[in-house]
Amino acid sequence: MTARIGVVTFPGTLDDQDSLRAVRVAGAEPVSLWHRDKDLHQVDAVILAGGFSYGDYLRAGAISRFSPVMETVIEQAKAGMPVLGICNGFQILTEAHLLPGAMLRNNHLHFICRDQKLRVENAGTAWTSDYSEGQEISVPLKNMDGRYTADEHTLDELEAEGRVAFRYVDVNPNGSLRDIAGITNAAGNVVGLMPHPEHAVEPLIGTGGTDGLGFFTSIIKKLVNA
Amino acid sequence: MPVARVVVDVMLKPEILDPQGQAVQRALPRLGFEGIADVRQGKRFELEVEGPVDEAALTRIHEMAETFLANTVIEDFTVKVEKAEESK
Repeated sequence: MTARIGVVTFPGTLDDQDSLRAVRVAGAEPVSLWHRDKDLHQVDAVILAGGFSYGDYLRAGAISRFSPVMETVIEQAKAGMPVLGICNGFQILTEAHLLPGAMLRNNHLHFICRDQKLRVENAGTAWTSDYSEGQEISVPLKNMDGRYTADEHTLDELEAEGRVAFRYVDVNPNGSLRDIAGITNAAGNVVGLMPHPEHAVEPLIGTGGTDGLGFFTSIIKKLVNA
Repeated sequence: MPVARVVVDVMLKPEILDPQGQAVQRALPRLGFEGIADVRQGKRFELEVEGPVDEAALTRIHEMAETFLANTVIEDFTVKVEKAEESK
């Protein structure tokens, strides 16, 4: 069986092609999904890619969260379908309340673009099983609104339940509370992160490494063994 | 048809860091405006409403603000009606 992994394109999505490519490089069948189409075309998992959906004119991810495709994504994610939100996709997942907290303008107010070191804090999610807990990886990061925020109670709950999936190492690039780079829902099927693993799956581009490939191989293993 | 304006003001919650407001505040002394201890920056939405702004309309606008215009995880909002006027 070949896993079918969908990548949603909203107006303003930039990284859909890289995400589709990452899916293919990892060995699954990439499927393009259009934001106005409610139908997920029998995919086994969905990636919400990075970019600036609808220009993020209201708040990052706020308008795209109401796109027709999201009705189905929200319903299926609650039923257990794996969903990965990268950067703007992470913002969309918080706006859709599939993940707690919210994303704010970087504390230094600058767009930032750098290779970012991350520590894998939870290797038990649908998208991280090919990593090991505590492993450090380097993937590109590029964002304007990457400051993860939640109230103290939510942050304590995330920590206690092991739902901080990734933390920034060496430098916190945007003022995210508790150095949080990515989180997961309680079931482990929905994961959001600000940095871009899809830009680090081939040695010729991005960081020059393939540290991001694990996201895509993790989900393929999960789907094929399901 | 009567047309009214309803204003929705959205502000970051007090406990949330507002670096944009801080940047504005820091610029003030340079421009000769002294004595401003803090600045916070928000968003104002002016809604031109068709039909009467009755309780039902306000309930809908409140719902719109809560689900869409503001993200209540990080923001507070207020809804107020500005004077209704007769359109020509």
